[in-house]
Amino acid sequence: MRVLRKEREYINGAADADVVVVGSGIVGAACAESLTRRGAQVLVLDRGPLAAGTTACGEGNLLVSGRAPGPGLALAQASLRRWPRLLAALREELGPGRAECEYEAKGGLVVATDDPSGIALRAFAAAQRAAGVDARELAQGEAAAYEPHLTPGVRAAVHYPEDAQLQPVLAATSLLAAVRARGGRIRTDVEVTGVETGRDGQRIVGVRTSEGRVPCGAVVNACGPWAGQFAAAAGAPLPVLPRQGTVLVTAPLPHGTVRHKVYDAGYVRAVGNADAALQVAAVVEATQAGTVLIGSSRRAGFDATLRADVLRALARGAARLFPVLGGVPVMRAYGGFRPYTPDHLPVVGEDPRRPGLWHATGHEGAGIGLAAATGELLAELWAGEPPHVDPEPFRAGRFASAAF
Amino acid sequence: MSGPSLIPSPLVVVVGAGPAGSRAALSAARCGARVVLVDSSERVGGRYGRRPAAVTDGEVTSVTHPLEVAVAVQHRIEHLAGATVWALEPGPAPGRHLVHLQQGPADDRGRPVRTLTADALVLCTGAFDRTLPFPGWELPGVVTAGAAQALAEGQRTAVGARAVVSGTGPFLLPVALSLLDVGAHVLGVYEAGNPARWLRSPAAALRDGGPGRLAELGSYAAGLARGRVPYRTRHAVVAAHGRDRVEAVTVARLDAGWHPVPGSEQRLAPVDAVCVGYGFTPQLELPLAAGCAVRDGHVVIDGRQATTVPGVYAAGELTGIAGAPAAAAEGELAGLSAVADLAERQWVAAAGGTAPGAGLTPPPPARLAAVAARVRSGQRFGQALARAHPVPGGWRGWLREDTLVCRCEEVSYGELRDAVVARGADGMRALKLACRAGLGACQGRVCGRNTAELAAAFLGAPVADPHAMDRRPLAHPVRLGDLAGPPDGAGDVTSDPPVSPDTR
Repeated sequence: MRVLRKEREYINGAADADVVVVGSGIVGAACAESLTRRGAQVLVLDRGPLAAGTTACGEGNLLVSGRAPGPGLALAQASLRRWPRLLAALREELGPGRAECEYEAKGGLVVATDDPSGIALRAFAAAQRAAGVDARELAQGEAAAYEPHLTPGVRAAVHYPEDAQLQPVLAATSLLAAVRARGGRIRTDVEVTGVETGRDGQRIVGVRTSEGRVPCGAVVNACGPWAGQFAAAAGAPLPVLPRQGTVLVTAPLPHGTVRHKVYDAGYVRAVGNADAALQVAAVVEATQAGTVLIGSSRRAGFDATLRADVLRALARGAARLFPVLGGVPVMRAYGGFRPYTPDHLPVVGEDPRRPGLWHATGHEGAGIGLAAATGELLAELWAGEPPHVDPEPFRAGRFASAAF
Repeated sequence: MSGPSLIPSPLVVVVGAGPAGSRAALSAARCGARVVLVDSSERVGGRYGRRPAAVTDGEVTSVTHPLEVAVAVQHRIEHLAGATVWALEPGPAPGRHLVHLQQGPADDRGRPVRTLTADALVLCTGAFDRTLPFPGWELPGVVTAGAAQALAEGQRTAVGARAVVSGTGPFLLPVALSLLDVGAHVLGVYEAGNPARWLRSPAAALRDGGPGRLAELGSYAAGLARGRVPYRTRHAVVAAHGRDRVEAVTVARLDAGWHPVPGSEQRLAPVDAVCVGYGFTPQLELPLAAGCAVRDGHVVIDGRQATTVPGVYAAGELTGIAGAPAAAAEGELAGLSAVADLAERQWVAAAGGTAPGAGLTPPPPARLAAVAARVRSGQRFGQALARAHPVPGGWRGWLREDTLVCRCEEVSYGELRDAVVARGADGMRALKLACRAGLGACQGRVCGRNTAELAAAFLGAPVADPHAMDRRPLAHPVRLGDLAGPPDGAGDVTSDPPVSPDTR
């Protein structure tokens, strides 16, 4: 009886949740948005503050440019098509201010600064074109028209008009504002510690939280880099692991200094041993505020320390692409954890080992871009609708035989 | 120096050369440690080292601070002037840290980047003036009290001809005097608090602050009286007015919670300078980068100035605001404790067969105890000071919808509220990204604390991670080219297939 009373207090007299979404980052927000649009009673829980994890530590990439043909590209294409429509619908529903996300269809520019990577880049772009990506090879010297400050050492360049950018925290909070407007509930500072199963010992009937039990029909694991931990606590381990990504932010520059999302196709350095490899690929883009974001690095593990060698490697990569940036002050640096899986594809769908447990995680550094299609796909599967993307490559069961 | 040894003594890196840092450097060096004293300014002594300056035949000359001489003659101290620490990282062994710094004139290109390996790290980075927002505070002519004083004492220049001073704390008095001293007309000193609270425990002030403190306060009061400067308690500048710069201010009487008393508003004009100081905010980025615990805005230390991170000590305003003598005592204790711990570590290591350093003469326990007693006294004084000059939340009532809370990014009070209330951003990290407060040039140094308090008021509960804005892994701006260093060798370039920033 005591438990029951607590639970009543917790859910505040309202109906039980159809779905509890664990995690208020961009992926959890997108799932909650898609579910509430279908009429589901949704409760979003986050153990920390709203959208404060990976979502608050990223650049806001909406990219097809970096993806080789395959299921990851298909999901990215679906998501990039979906984002502007979703944002238009949110503007309609919430008003322009609350749906403002600094969305910008700025396009991407991938450049190679040596001949071998130029050859590889052209072949890569040709394969992408065959898969329906708008990948436009630029003629020698043409890149300067797109990016006047780009290094003259460019040997090959491909323009991707579909690439876009948005501000991740604004996007997540806009999606959650829609959830709230539809009667969904959002609680922060509440940790989900485990799940409760029914008589069969398998099907989810509720979650245990730091504030008591919440009965529900389904749980969505949208815990990002911590999704592996949550999956284990739910009795269905999943090989989702964290890697740290670091971003440098410069002082604001005149508009037009960096126009696209620009990255280097061939510049890759690996430092340290293979297990804890640090990888850096130069990625440079401006924000609407005029600051320039410089990524990207990946270092395995939950170590939050920012290492000076990483900051320096990022700076070197950016200065190679844009020599003009050499004199610009770097104002801040931040790091965040990106969730990745062994095959570098996200996990979206119901877990066959725990009916009622759904996953939406493992998007690595692309969670912002992939969130729109991920949320929709999850909601379609949940509602029994025909999915708009083939869900097969993203199913949780694909790791069942893997040792982890 | 004891015993001939080829192994150098352990290296103590002290960041900040104010009273605390200078004392820490001296006490560690006198015990045999090698010390590098890092400070962003050119001279030893910090804020207090700036005074007094003198004008001889129209030339401004600054008088050498006694600490400056002491540091200069101590051969074990290397003083890195004009140096900024831009990052700290643990390593290469437990208790040791890498201190990344850059030296040279602030705006130069190609300031060399240098890394020190500290066997012990003493952080004495001090605090900066706290300002509270009010309508018009972004107008030119509104400055921090500390900046006005620095200009007056360092450059013999008045920030304006007709100035008002507003804020809370005994620091306002010497600021007003410094303005009088360089010929400004000070229209009034507005103390928002009620320092009569001091008088409730004069014994504590006498015991811990020493009789010098009361005499100091007395001389300030006499100076203000001579200058016919009105001193009003429970009053504050609640608005500044002007087109291109400040031309007038509104002063209001405040109740105990700092809510303006309706009808008490008074317009003062003409005014061309407003000097604002609501206490001090410790510079926490380096302690946070080192992983030190912070409580109530100050670095947590034990009775020996050790932080919660082995090998890292903190002294001075990082641990509480109690004035220069208290900071100096803390610095001395921090330097001694660092050496005592290093000597212990050295002995343990030596027993294990390797000696990482040599030549330390740890301080005798009696000396440590004596310094620790002075430190405790200073800390009591600081606590009394903090109690006497609280900053209650009524200042939020000075704000209007369009009052800027973040000057760098021009974020208004209304926009901040929208981010918290409409968008639901209840943690500082998401909040700054949702409204851009704290993302500008000052990186939240001016607005961070105020933003956290405003957000807490909207939420009705403390904001999550209130120190998110103080966490600046890049502690100081560095030019990208300097960070990059010399160009890579060609061997770094590989011909790997295209790399996606998504999956890398």
